[in-house]
Order: sequence, then structure tokens, then C-alpha cells
Amino acid sequence: MRRFLRPGHDPARERLKRDLFQFNKTVEHGFPHQPSALGYSPSLRILAIGTRSGAIKLYGAPGVEFMGLHRENNAAVQIHFLPGQCRLVTLLDDNSLHLWSLKVKGGVSELQEDESFTLRGPPGAAPSATQITVVLPHSSCQLLYLGTESGSVFVVQLPAFRALEDRTISSEAVLQRLPEEVRHRRAFEMVEALQEHPRDPNQILIGYSRGLVVIWDLQGSCVLCHFLSSQQLENVCWQRDGHLIVSCHSDGGYCQWPVSSDTLQPEPPRSCVPYGPFPCKAITKIFWLTTKQGLPFTIFQGGMPRASYGDRHCISVVHNGQQTAFDFTSRVIDFTVLTEANPEAAFDDPYALVVLAEEELVVIDLQTAGWPPVQPPYLASLHCSAITCSHHVSNIPLKLWERIIAAGSRQNTHFSTMVGLAPAPPQPRARLAHELLRHLLQEWPINGGTSLAPAPPQRDLLLTGHEDGTVRFWDASGVCLRLLYKLSTVRVFLTDTDPNDSLNAQGEDEWPPLRKVGSFDPYSDDPRLGIQKIFLCKYSGYLAVAGTAGQVLVLELNDEEAEHAVEQVEADLLQDQEGYRWKGHERLCARPGPVHFEPGFQPFVLVQCQPPAVVTSLALHSEWRLVAFGTSHGFGLFDHQQRRQVFVKCTLHPNDQLALEGPLSRVKSLKKSLRQSFRRIRRSRVSSRKRRPAGPPGEVQEGRSRAERTGLQNVELAPVQRKIEARSAEDSFTGFVRTLYFADTYLRDSFRHCPSLWAGTNGGTVYAFALRVPPAERRMDEPVRAEQAKEIQLMHRAPVVGILVLDGHSVPLPEPLEVAHDLSKSPDMQGSHQLLVVSEEQFKVFALPGVSARLKLKLTALEGSRVRRVGAAHFGSCRAERYREHHLAVLTNLGDIQVVSLPLLKPQVRYSCIRREDVSGIASCVFTKHGQGFYLISPSEFERFSLSTKWLVEPRCLVDSAETKNHSRLCDRPGPEKASGRARNSGSQSDGEERRSGPVMEHALLNDERVLKEIQSTLEGDRGSCGDWRSQRAAVGVLLSCCGSVSSAR
Amino acid sequence: MNRSFHKSQTLRFYDCSAVEVKSKFGAEFRRFSLDRQKPGKFEDFYKLVVHTHHISNTEVTIGYADVHGDLLPINNDDNFCKAVSSASPLLRVFIQKREEAEHCSFGVGSLSRRRRPLALREDGPRRRTHLHIGLPHDFRPVSSIIDVDILPETHRRVRLYRHGCQKPLGFYIRDGTSVRVAPQGLEKVPGIFISRMVPGGLAESTGLLAVDDEVLEVNGIEVAGKTLDQVTDMMIANSHNLIVTVKPANQRNNVVRGSRALGSSGRSSDSTASRHSLPAAHVLQNLPPDEMESDEEADVVLEGVLEPRLVPRPPPGSLARVNGAGLAPGLHSPGREGSVQRLLSSLRSDPRHSLALPPGGVEEHGPAVTL
Repeated sequence: MRRFLRPGHDPARERLKRDLFQFNKTVEHGFPHQPSALGYSPSLRILAIGTRSGAIKLYGAPGVEFMGLHRENNAAVQIHFLPGQCRLVTLLDDNSLHLWSLKVKGGVSELQEDESFTLRGPPGAAPSATQITVVLPHSSCQLLYLGTESGSVFVVQLPAFRALEDRTISSEAVLQRLPEEVRHRRAFEMVEALQEHPRDPNQILIGYSRGLVVIWDLQGSCVLCHFLSSQQLENVCWQRDGHLIVSCHSDGGYCQWPVSSDTLQPEPPRSCVPYGPFPCKAITKIFWLTTKQGLPFTIFQGGMPRASYGDRHCISVVHNGQQTAFDFTSRVIDFTVLTEANPEAAFDDPYALVVLAEEELVVIDLQTAGWPPVQPPYLASLHCSAITCSHHVSNIPLKLWERIIAAGSRQNTHFSTMVGLAPAPPQPRARLAHELLRHLLQEWPINGGTSLAPAPPQRDLLLTGHEDGTVRFWDASGVCLRLLYKLSTVRVFLTDTDPNDSLNAQGEDEWPPLRKVGSFDPYSDDPRLGIQKIFLCKYSGYLAVAGTAGQVLVLELNDEEAEHAVEQVEADLLQDQEGYRWKGHERLCARPGPVHFEPGFQPFVLVQCQPPAVVTSLALHSEWRLVAFGTSHGFGLFDHQQRRQVFVKCTLHPNDQLALEGPLSRVKSLKKSLRQSFRRIRRSRVSSRKRRPAGPPGEVQEGRSRAERTGLQNVELAPVQRKIEARSAEDSFTGFVRTLYFADTYLRDSFRHCPSLWAGTNGGTVYAFALRVPPAERRMDEPVRAEQAKEIQLMHRAPVVGILVLDGHSVPLPEPLEVAHDLSKSPDMQGSHQLLVVSEEQFKVFALPGVSARLKLKLTALEGSRVRRVGAAHFGSCRAERYREHHLAVLTNLGDIQVVSLPLLKPQVRYSCIRREDVSGIASCVFTKHGQGFYLISPSEFERFSLSTKWLVEPRCLVDSAETKNHSRLCDRPGPEKASGRARNSGSQSDGEERRSGPVMEHALLNDERVLKEIQSTLEGDRGSCGDWRSQRAAVGVLLSCCGSVSSAR
Repeated sequence: MNRSFHKSQTLRFYDCSAVEVKSKFGAEFRRFSLDRQKPGKFEDFYKLVVHTHHISNTEVTIGYADVHGDLLPINNDDNFCKAVSSASPLLRVFIQKREEAEHCSFGVGSLSRRRRPLALREDGPRRRTHLHIGLPHDFRPVSSIIDVDILPETHRRVRLYRHGCQKPLGFYIRDGTSVRVAPQGLEKVPGIFISRMVPGGLAESTGLLAVDDEVLEVNGIEVAGKTLDQVTDMMIANSHNLIVTVKPANQRNNVVRGSRALGSSGRSSDSTASRHSLPAAHVLQNLPPDEMESDEEADVVLEGVLEPRLVPRPPPGSLARVNGAGLAPGLHSPGREGSVQRLLSSLRSDPRHSLALPPGGVEEHGPAVTL
């Protein structure tokens, strides 16, 4: 035991460790938690999102991501890019301004904070005098105009934030320069809008909240025009040519004001309340955008009828007689419209609407009829329904990858592709690739910067299980976590609401013309549908999914849609236990008869555990066609080839009433503790209110409050105590099955190895079953047999969290079918196998078949930390190409990540990763097979980390202001396609047409001469059939994917 | 096996004053009874045993199985009285020839564990004295204060030995602050304290720990800088053999060392009142390493052979054994069972529940046990 305390003194080993291990938090996937601000740079084509915790995140082309964190932990309120520059200014809710810039260092851009500044008024002024409400970066990039609550507009010089006090535009100065007839009204209050004239940098527009809008000449310090409306001003839009101003107001209306320098407008010429005549909510932001066709786009936020739709979060788009109110499921933080970036262009020609809602980013294609949503390549809303579990599969074979993408693309037909594609080619192979291509080529309008990150070396899948019974398949190979396919298990069950009902409920001719957009839907029909465990076999395409109500589904990937009945089996895990009364939820009711399934993973077997407790562990062996599942009552083995239950085993201690009754009995204690905590809160509130000097300080009151104070102190001082007690067999939930593991190893004797199933429980028991699986030719005829061969009771009785068998070379046994697919060396069956049992407190290696203890590492006894997650991973050296070591990656309850060597169980390195208070973060952690991992830093974000020096997925990108300065969308082509081509390296391909391809494919292409030729020949063939350049691109894509398979097959 | 189990139960209610004795010598059993209140002298008992077993011309040692399943010696009046009075309901007596007893010893876990002969062991000329003095390893270790010679006088290292005892450890810990002497003067530092004792628990009944004692180390690992939860987990992880170093709240009962200890112990001579870093983990190496290891838990391994579908529980024909022992191939037949196995199996109150072994009752390197 002591030997583990000694630090390693072997310098060679220490050097090797440096080559093998390195801890980095590389990238955050998903949608930022609690976004609070949106910014967009039309010249850089980069989107910025600020959060309430003070983070700013920049997104450009897929793979181009930056993140910065303000030192202050304050919410970012506004983000403004300086026009045409790689710099941006943020305003925090503590009224401080921060200047950030993207600087190129070592060929890679980095986001860093340059300056910060807090506006100070004249001495003695009220704090509200300098409370910034609007920020306007001037097009000269030298000046920043700051509108404040007092009505003054302050001017600061960039980049040093030097306040130019002599240029302040105070409301008094404006008042003096107004004509007499408007001067008498208190028309000022805070500045609501600040805009620069689209053509003339010497004019700015100032809008005050009481309804006055003036155009101010900066040179002459005079009012050029003024407009006065009767309603409170919310926001203003200045049309591209500067001849029209559109203001929106708190009564839900907007007004258009023609700008002409000589005339004054006593009355607004036209006021429009789009959702009148009944009282409406305010329109908080409006865009008035011109098009070549002539009819403008009007896009505004809010303005819904107050009584009936006041609670909706809507953005309305009006164009050419069409009107749609996009209805978001969460609050709209801000939105912007992507338009022609070149200020010289005559028309706005909007092409996309970008909406930042509280829980997701929604982009609407404004060029395609019907305004379909665009699927963003990043900022995926991971938490559309709460994430309940996750599962990572490394190195997916290309074939399965393509099939999943093909299944997914058929689900995404309602999304805009932003780029038209030729009809799918008839050949099945090419059609698949076509689907793949559609994903890859889907034009994303926000595509600034260049990603320099190397192509991901392999295809990785991250599967997340959700509360609503869905499993989402994410492409986790690179920086962009992107949804490939969504599987719903709801169809198998009868639930209260039919999923199709909600979609059809919406009528056509309803007013307002609401349309639901976005995928965020936190409401689950039935919590029992929640997914708890996922297991995917990447070679066979078998998937096992288990949920909250004890349901276990086995699914198979099918490229065609199908209608079949799902076979149901009940697994009675209690067997002949008596005196049991399950008080938890009922099991789910399966839908009888044939069910229609769309292409993709289709369930064929449903095993329902009885009692229907949460499935706590799951294992699938696709070679033996077996699936094992465990709950708090026991575990079972199911043969999904013969659709027959092999055995069940009850692990319940007879005295464990808590587990017998189900989760309800725990609610009681929860209720009790809740009540206690509420009482405590109330007591503290009452006493704190009393403590305030509210009334006359009488003697009695004084005495009482003092008594209360001491009482409160007693409550607070009651020390937190921890009971020191050894675990015993009588503890509750000892039968909870924590882990299941299939292995082909020496269970009985050291001469014959056989299939085996291992199960570990919360009470520190490991069960081993020897399995007899009939050979393939008699697989359907003979039953699978199982008999218990071993039962190990760890005397420290800590929960078993991991079981692993090491082969003769001390390498973990390969996955099922891995050897059959020649992707792994076959395990060494000559030497003696070893069993590794990881409990929360100890790591223990036993020799097989005798199960005699060899080694152990008592983690808890040494450090006081407990194992929460463990995964076997191999680590490559960054120096030696082929050198690999197998180790355990371990996450403890303190949030530390450690690497423990195999098979000697020596701690190698330790890094602190997650805050120890972040229980959900620790619980969500998942390790990959290559020493990386993911954990949730918020309900909607995965942090990706890497322990390996070799496997590192992190954004490396370049944003060059010089290159992008004159980068504008040309008018002759429909916008986005053109723009994207320029950002990319226009490769060495034959036809010179621009192209985009996935990084994987690009890599394969450039390295393979033969494939290039193939592409050319196919291109020529294709060109004959359809001359459109788009179809050529499609063909390139087809071949790209083909060559991908070629190169992977070699 | 089952026969004896039932028989002992039926006999239990015959006569409360009589103690049934089942005496075993080799493969032979003898049954007789003793008066619980007046068991008599050891000399008489020895003669009775020798007589009933027809042993002549050879010295024997007598042992009995106590309630915890330990084989303890009967070699004087006191332990004979204890054996009779604690027999419930059956007193199992084991008789071995002296020569054979050389290889097997009494004590904790001796029923199932090969113990390394210690240097203290008595050698050949043992008949020199008539007085039978129990050897150190013949006694069951109990909770004790250890390492008195190397610790500062203000500290106390307590070993809570939970062996075979069904008592809970029975104490609670809390966060607190303690005052330390630092170069700049007194400073407050966070510490872990014992907050409560469970009445009747091990901690209370030993009297070695008290409320408000500050916990400094757990099994040689300093707790400074660790959270309450970490220390809790460490203590629970070591609960089978918990060694806690405390600074007692009541400093008046400290062990006062002679000048010898102060002078000779290099470690403690430089310890001043302000020094609070303890002799670290290596201190525990004073204990023989074997001792440390052997006190650790051993995992129980059951080998099952029956179809689990038919028998959900570990089947009666399955073999239970502990770590480290290979299974002799012929051991399945009941005829070859040794006395030890039989004893152990009869100790099980509920043979159906395979894992309800008395903690520590079965330990490392033991032979196989048939249920």
C-alpha cells in the first residue's frame, strides 16, 4: 500500500509520462448557457454571443470558434463589432465597456481583451447619468458614441477609451437647437437608439424614449431633422439610402418617417399596428430592408396582441403580402438580419434571419420560399429535452457513418439546405453519398474565418439520451458538435399525446400567423420515457437503449422504412421474492400491433423489467447476440437472436425495503427535508426583516430580535456532522446493479475460455456467469445457457463501478466483433487473464480463473476521493508514432481526473477538472477510448477535455481583417454560395468551380491520386446529364464520400 | 452438517443450567455437559476430556470456538470459566495433540489463516514452566493506543479494532477550527473534530476517543486540507482497521513518557509543543507490514455450479471460499471435510444467505468451505 505514496523517481518514466499525458479543456460544444447578448459583424461574417456569466463566444465558419471570459463575473449586455475590424466592444451590466480583439499569434487568431473602461460623469452626477443604454461604434472606428439613461450621448476615443468630454451631446444642447413648438414637451429621458447615417458619417440619429428622434450633425452640432411621435420609442431603423426612418413603439406599432432636410414632420405620416386593433405589446426592434425586387422586408420583434398572445416570444417577417410570426419556445434575447454587407450596394437583399433565443439559435432562410429554418453547424441545442445520459463511440466505420447520416438527412427535410442540389442519383451507393453531401454542402451563411485545425483523424459519435425518450446522434469528430440523426423511442409506447397531434393542430388561416420554430422543448409527455443507458455496437449497427420505467429496447439499423410489431418480453427480476410492494411508477404500455418506423434504428425487441425500476446498467454483445440489463432489483440476460430470456438474477437483499418499494418511499424523506429547508429559509427571512431598523426601537422588540438572532445563529451553527460507520450487508440499495460486462475469458479453469457475463452491485458484489453460446450454425436451434460460476463479495462493500478483463499482455479485451473486422489484434489467450474490479473506493486486480487478489490501489483510504467514472483508454505518445499504453481514466467525486496505469494500478497523473460542487457535471462525464472526455458545464453545453498529447480536438482558426475587409457579397449570384467559396482554399480540383467538403474528405482527396482521377471521370459523365454547376458539386461530393471509403478500406 | 445444526437447536431448551459440550479429537466426537454456574477447575476439565476421549500418554491442548468463530485456548481456570459461561448454547471443544498443535495456533482468524510464525514464538522447551502464558497472537486484538513512543505527548493514536464485534464504530465528525502555534503567533486553522459518540458503540466503549478530540490523521494520512466529506470517506474506507490520530480535548490523561523515550527517539526529541506535523506515514511501518496487510479485508469468493435459473440464490452445493486458496479437486465430497469447515458452516445462522458471514470470521488463505 505504501508503495503508491512514493512519487515516481524513474526519470525515464517521468519523461514518457510527459509524452503521453497532457490535460487540456479544448472546446465547449453546444449552446451557451444563459445567453444575454448577440453581435454580428457583416464584414467578418462572425457571430458573437455574450452570456450572463460574462463569457463571449465567437462563431464563424464551422470550426472557427473563439471564447473569451471577462474578468468580472457580470452579464454581457451588448456586443458591437467595430465596422470592418477584428475588434469588438462589449458592455457589461456593471456599466463597464471592454475592447476585445482577434490577434494573430503563430498563425492562429486569438481572442483577447485589450482595454476596459467605465464611463464617469462629472463629479456629483447621479449614477444613472452615465448608465449606458446604447453603444454606437462609429464607422471611422475611432469613436464610440454612448447613449445614457440621462439622455446625454458621450463620446469616447478608441482604442484607449479616452473620454472626449467636449464632444458630449447633452440633452440640453439638443433641446436648445430644437424649434420652439417641441421644446415645451419633456421629450427626452433616456437614449433608446443611436444610429449612424448609412451614407454620411457626419450624421447620427438619436432616439429618446419619450418619442423624439433627431438627426444630429456632428460637424455643425445642430439638429438636421426631428420627428416626434406620441408613443414611447423602442427602437429605430434607418433605411439603407438614408431617406426613410422606421421607428417602433411600445404600443405595438411602427411609423415610417421620410427624411428630408428641409421639412419638419409634425405628425407621423403613417402609423401601423400590425397585430391591432386590440392592445398589443411593444415592438422592441425593427428592420426595414429593401430588395432588388422592390418590395421591402419588415422584420420586427414583439407586437403581439397583449391579451391572447402576450406570452409568446415572436418575431414577425412581412414581405410581399406574406406574413409569418415565428414563435419561439424560449425568450428571444436578440436578433439580427444578414444582409448585403457592402455599404455601397443599393439594396439590403436580406438572406437570413438570425435569432438568439434563451435556449437556442435559430436561423431562418429568407431567400427560399416558405422561409424554412437552417440547421446551424454549431451551437446545437443539446438540451432540447434534458440530457439524461450520454455514450461515446470512437472510430465509427465509414459504412455505419454513412447510413446514420443518410437516415438523419431524411429527418431534416424541413430544414433549408440554403443551397439547391440536383435530385439524388439512382445508384444506392451514390444516393447515400448524396445525402452525406447535402449535409456537408449545406451552405451556412455565417462563415467568416478559416479553420486551420487538422482534419479529424477518425469519426466519433456521441450519443445523448433525453428525457423525452429520444436518442440524439452527434458527430463528435471535430470542433463542431453536429446533429446527425435523432431516434425516438416514443413510437413503441402508448402515451397520452400523439406526437403528430401538436403539429396538425395549427390551422392555416389563423391570425396571427404563428409558426413554431426551434427544437427546444423542455416538456416531456411522460418522464418514464427518459433514456438512461445506451449501448451501440459500431460494427453490427445494433443498438440497445434502456429507460426510466425498466424498458430495454434492442434496435437494428435499417435503411428502409418498415412496419412491424415489436416483440415484448417481461423480465421478472424479483422472481419469488415475497412481501414486495412496488410503489413507484407503472411500466410503460407498449403499442400493440405493427408500428411504422422511419429509416434508421428500428426496435425489434422490447424487454420490460418487473418491477419497472430505472435501468441502471446495460451491456450488449453483438457477436453473441445477447443483451444484459440491470436495475436496483437484479439483472437479466436476453438472447435477441432467439428472442428468449436466458436468465434473471435477483440481487436484492431481503431486508432492503427501500429498494423494494421503489422511488416513492424516498420522496417522503425528500419531502421532509424540503419542509425543513423551507422552514429554515422562512425563519431566516423573518428574522432578517426584523433585524432591519423598521419601527421605533423599543426595549421589548430589541430583546426579541436579539433572541431571534441568537436562535438563528444556533440554527446556522449546528455543525454538519458525518457519521462514521462501516458499510454492512443491511445497507439499502446494495442490490442496485451498477455495471455489466461481457468477456470471453477463463472463468472456470485456466484451460478453456468461455463467454461470460459479469455484474457488479452497489453493495460490492460481483457476479460472474459462464455462458454457453451455441455456434453460429446452430445458433437458432440451441438455447443459450448460463450458470453462475463465481460470486465475489468485496469486503469493503463499496459500489462496483467498473469491471474489465485484461488479456495475457495486460491489454483490455477488445470489443465484440472488433477482431472479426480486423481492427484489433486478437487478445492474447495464452497468458493468464486478469480481472480488474473498480469500486468507488478501490481498484483491485485479481488473477483468473482463481480470483486471487493480485494488486490493489486504495484510492479512498489514501486520498479521501471516490471513483465516479472510469474508462479504459489508450494513450499514444506524441514522439513515438506507434507507441501506445493502456490505462484507466478516472474521475473522482472531487472532480479530479487521474490516470491509473494498467495492470500495475499506479497513479500516473492527476488534474483537477470539474468543481467538486458541480455534481451534475461530474455525473455527466463520459470518457472516450482515446483519452478524451466530455462533461456538461451547463444543461446545454459539453466541455470537451483531453488527457492525451496525441488526440486533441481544439479549434485552430484564423480571422484576417485585411483579407476580409473588402470581402463583400457580390450581387450577381444568390449570396451565400459565393461568399463561402472565397473563404475556403479554392483547391486544386479540375473544374475550378468552388467547392466545399468535409475535412475528412478533403484530406482523403488530396492524398489520393487515383481517387482524383475517378472524380474527374465521373464529373465528365455527370456533366452530360445535367449542366448545372450545382449538380457538378453534387457529383464531387459523391466521389468525395466514395474516396473516403476507399481510403479507409485500405 | 445440517443434522448437527438442528440438534444444537433442539437441545437449547432442555436445561438452562447445563451447558452441552461437544468435544472433538481427530475425527471423534464426545458429548457431555457441564454446569454453567459451577464449571469447576481447569485441571478437572482437562482430566475429564482426556478421560472421555481415552487419550493417554500424550499432552493435549484444548481450544474452543467462541461466539465470533475464533479458536481460543482453554489452558487455565479463567478462560475455562469464560468458555463455559459464554457458550451459547453449545460449547465446541477442540482437542489436539501438543505436537500437532505446534503447526496450528489459536487466535484471530486462526481457523482459516496460516499465520507466519513470529519470533516471539515459544520453541521446544516449553514444559519448563507449568504456568501457561498465552502467546500474544493467541489473544484477540482489541482497540488500543499505539505508537506512544513516537508521537508527541499531546497526541494519541488510536486503533479501533472492529474485529468480530458487531458494535458499530459509532462516532460522528464535524468541521471546526483549532488554534495552532505559528511563527507569527497563534492562528486559527480549520480542523476536523469528533462531534458525537453513539452510546454503546465501539468508540465510546473503548473510551479512547472523546467528543471534541481533533482528528489529525487517518491511517497515517494527514487530514489537513481535506474536507469533512473526504475525511468521512477515508474513515469509512478504513473502517475495518481504523487508526485515528487525535489531539484529545482533554489533555490531562496523556501518557507521560519517561526520559528514555524522549532521549532515545530521534523522531520525537525534536518535537516541540508548536510542532504539529506528525511523524508521517512511515510511522505506521513500525507495525510489521504483514500485520498491516493481514488486517485488511479479504474478499469472499463463492463458486457456484448450478443453473441459476433453477436456483436464484447461491445453491447449496456451491463452494464458498476466500481469496488466495486454490480448490482441491476432491473437496466437493462432504466426507472429506475438515473440522474447520464444519465448524465454520455451523456458525452460519442462515445457511441460505451465503454472504452473511460474520465479518472477519473467514479470512485470507483459508481452506474451502462447503455450505
